[in-house]
Amino acid sequence: MFGFLRDNVWSPLAGAVLSQPYDGYAVYLLDVLIKIIVVVACVLFTFAYTTYAERKVSAWIQLRIGPNRVGVFGFRMFGLAQPVADGIKAIFKEIIIPTRASKLLFVLAPILALGPAFAAWAVIPFNDVMVLADINAGLLYIIAMTSLAVYGIIIAGWASNSKYAFLGSLRSAAQIVSYEISMGFALVCVLVAAGSLNLGDIVNAQSGKYGFLNWYWLPLLPMFYVYFVSGLAETNRLPFDVVEGESEIVAGFHVEYSGIAFATFFIAEYTNMILISILTSILFLGGWLSPFQGIPVVGAPSIFWLLGKTALFLFLFLWIRWTFPRYRYDQIMRLGWKVFLPITIVWVVVTSVMVVAKVPPWFS
Amino acid sequence: MIEQTVFYFFAGLLLLAATMVITVKNPVHAALSLVLAFFCSAAIWLLLQAEFLAIVLILVYVGAVMVLFLFVIMMLDINLTVLREGFSRFLPVGISVAVLMAVSMGLVITSGRFTTGGNYEALKHAADYSNTRELGIALFTDYLYPFEIAGAILLLAIVAAISLTLRKRPDTKTPKVEKQVAVHRAGHVRLVRMEAEKE
Amino acid sequence: MTLTTELALLAPEIALLIMTSIVLVVDSLYDNPDRVLTYKLSQLALIITTGLVLLQFPEVSTHIMSGHFVSDPMSAILKIVLGLMTLIVFFYSYDYLLEHELLKGEYFILMLFAVLGMQIMISANSLLTVYLGLELLSLALYAMVAMNRTSAVATEAAMKYFVLGALASGMLLYGISMLYGVSGTLELPALATYLGAQTEANLLLVFGLVFIVVGLAFKLGAVPFHMWVPDVYQGSPTSVTLFIGTAPKIAAFAMAIRLLADGLQPLAGDWQGMLIVLAVLSMAGGNLIAISQSNIKRMLAYSTIAHVGFLMLGLISANQTGYASAMFYVIVYTLMSMGSFGMVILLGRNGHEADNLDDFKGLAERSPWFAFIMLILMFSMAGVPPFIGFWAKWFVIKEVIAAGHLWVAALAVIFSVVGAYYYLRIVKLMFFDKPVQMTAIKSSQEMRMVLSLNGLAILILGFMPGFLMTLCIEAMGF
Repeated sequence: MFGFLRDNVWSPLAGAVLSQPYDGYAVYLLDVLIKIIVVVACVLFTFAYTTYAERKVSAWIQLRIGPNRVGVFGFRMFGLAQPVADGIKAIFKEIIIPTRASKLLFVLAPILALGPAFAAWAVIPFNDVMVLADINAGLLYIIAMTSLAVYGIIIAGWASNSKYAFLGSLRSAAQIVSYEISMGFALVCVLVAAGSLNLGDIVNAQSGKYGFLNWYWLPLLPMFYVYFVSGLAETNRLPFDVVEGESEIVAGFHVEYSGIAFATFFIAEYTNMILISILTSILFLGGWLSPFQGIPVVGAPSIFWLLGKTALFLFLFLWIRWTFPRYRYDQIMRLGWKVFLPITIVWVVVTSVMVVAKVPPWFS
Repeated sequence: MIEQTVFYFFAGLLLLAATMVITVKNPVHAALSLVLAFFCSAAIWLLLQAEFLAIVLILVYVGAVMVLFLFVIMMLDINLTVLREGFSRFLPVGISVAVLMAVSMGLVITSGRFTTGGNYEALKHAADYSNTRELGIALFTDYLYPFEIAGAILLLAIVAAISLTLRKRPDTKTPKVEKQVAVHRAGHVRLVRMEAEKE
Repeated sequence: MTLTTELALLAPEIALLIMTSIVLVVDSLYDNPDRVLTYKLSQLALIITTGLVLLQFPEVSTHIMSGHFVSDPMSAILKIVLGLMTLIVFFYSYDYLLEHELLKGEYFILMLFAVLGMQIMISANSLLTVYLGLELLSLALYAMVAMNRTSAVATEAAMKYFVLGALASGMLLYGISMLYGVSGTLELPALATYLGAQTEANLLLVFGLVFIVVGLAFKLGAVPFHMWVPDVYQGSPTSVTLFIGTAPKIAAFAMAIRLLADGLQPLAGDWQGMLIVLAVLSMAGGNLIAISQSNIKRMLAYSTIAHVGFLMLGLISANQTGYASAMFYVIVYTLMSMGSFGMVILLGRNGHEADNLDDFKGLAERSPWFAFIMLILMFSMAGVPPFIGFWAKWFVIKEVIAAGHLWVAALAVIFSVVGAYYYLRIVKLMFFDKPVQMTAIKSSQEMRMVLSLNGLAILILGFMPGFLMTLCIEAMGF
């Protein structure tokens, strides 16, 4: 799609307007810019309707109805316009800066939370060719970007000049750094298995005649689990949401935020959720590959498989949130350091052995 | 041209951030400036096509080390006036050390070892050239021995840190997980058989 | 050179690392009372690694691991000495740690790591491995000094050691980076070849050299970079002082030889001058300040500084026999230093450190045998013939005269006479003063035996210095 747009729309357009040669920098930049806008728009759209889904799913789990009022021109449409209304409300609310808060950092924090969340999307492939930046070290880049997410949170907590916010940010710093390690090791397993850091190559390495049995969820089963659960912890979702911990520290790091500044944290959290979901699909569930590889029609790889798998994990995020109680803080730390970390380290060795021994059908 | 612009942008920002690290009053701001400085140097490495080093710099220093730094700085109540007391007294020493460093660095740079024979272009690699792979090969062949020693140093650091900080404190109420898990019904629940009472 | 032969030459280091890991796992999983198992296993580790060095004693110098590791007679001899010394340190420390309630499994593990670091330094053939080995050693030592958490003195000592040590490492690294910047190589022989081919003086090289010598002087504890030595010696638990005062000196000597002789020999003209200044200052500073000390650990610290000065004298002639005399000196010095700190440990009682000079008063009445051992140690330290300490000084001064630095030799003699005062004062305290208390010396049988052997070795070696000297000269490639 991108290639088509570049060749047939932007390039001639740019050529006409700027009288530049066909593949000059201007065209290149414009092309990249358009791609970025498309990806961000899609992510924001998904974000908006994930919030809607969250409310609907929670309502369904709790035998309620959920938002069903807001519509367009009198048509209710199951409340589908709710996210739009929420957005408008957030934009028009006042951003209150607490007394003696560090103003610059207070305003900077939401941006720092949002920036890496979007930046990580640069290397996510949507199918064989549809990727913004097809770089060699894609997986590393993802780890680096997700590791930056913590800055928004700790700066927000510190700049707020509030003890609850500060407690939340300290918890977050410790928690995210702890789970990042097991997450990183889980990714090392994938890297060893696929022999590449490029996400597209990782997906293609999972292709094979056995369909879904060829995907890495099977040889890397513990890592699949560890990665997703660590993802829950990284995004501060329940059952690991001590960072917000409503019952203990009100709302944690964003207790002092209001209006669009608060909404920005919200966007960052959901964007990270979507990112973790799509990454889990790509790394362990064969991305855009069909589970029925080899069978005509349904066996063809397609972006819809990827979106379907992502939606599955997103639903899992919501389901877990409304089902499990919150972990106690020391239990979170114990799980991260004493359970996940040893498992992942052992599995790095196991994976290496499997790769060296060329265990079929994954590594032959 | 574009590459040069990007380079000068990040190099300038790097210098600015590095200066801020030592000039700003608030230690948290200083730490954040350091983060910015790391970020800019990573960007410069990217320009040199050293993507592995660039990303690892961000991952390790920005993503982990500086977070822990911030963690500690935020919890400390640093009294800056005390820290700044000896500033003018130690200034001459500081300046002389700085001059010495600058001179020796200048000598290194002008020694003729770091030029590429008049061609100042960074090395260009083929598109499928993987920095990560090349580094990995170097680390596990020519530099295997130093690499393993570095591993031993990290292990030692863990042992040292734990042995210095871990202590058994009888007064804390930390739950003993192994005891909690090992609980059996027999020790805690007594089944009492009672006849239904009738009035 | 096939992989198997390379690994065979590396076997001592590999075995030590594996054993250390095993000890670590056993110690944390198996709750053995009084850490007896940890202690025994650690000793076994040292015996195995020393045995492996002995098994393949090299005749020639072999460079393996892409030139990062060298196996030569000097490395083998130093590793054997190192292993034996550490073994004795283990003997001395166990009871002490038990008595002072400092016994932790980590103590032995850190010590094994330190030994590994020293082995790496001894066999280092590139700037990179020198530095990494040094870091491995230093990190273990910092932690060992800080181990006694409840003692404010120990914490202060650890802090000073850590900050100054990190500074010294930084200096060394800065110097290394300059040398690398100029020569473009990390390997020491290649560096020497490059430097040998340089015809004109390069200011940058001298800069790099200065930083390296400063880093070395810091680690050796030479004046004016000696500030940490007295505080660390006094502040640490005596068993740690014992370790710091002995084995790392061997490693520091090896590092000096590797850097200065293997790598920077062509620059000898530049570093000889620096070493002369450092050596003379150390001998003067160490011996003079030691006189006014009332704490024996502090006094021995200043005496170490003075001995380091002598050690450096051996290096300034910059030829093989000079290096051999320095090697002789360092081995002899560690033997004497170990005995002296062993005595301090022996005299200590429950919770009490016998680190005051008064504790030695009238030792002859309490235990004539150990007073005699201490007498041997002190005479040897002072350089009284026929003890081995005399020969060490003799060989070094002979080399200095041969190199043509007559006035340096004269100063060395003068300062050793000055130094004799405070060593002999201890002998006077032991034999001619009334004891402050008459409690019997309480210690294990092994401790007494090893300490006696330690003292007698100094006496016996004194009658046959030729044997050890031949070994040293052989090590230096003659």
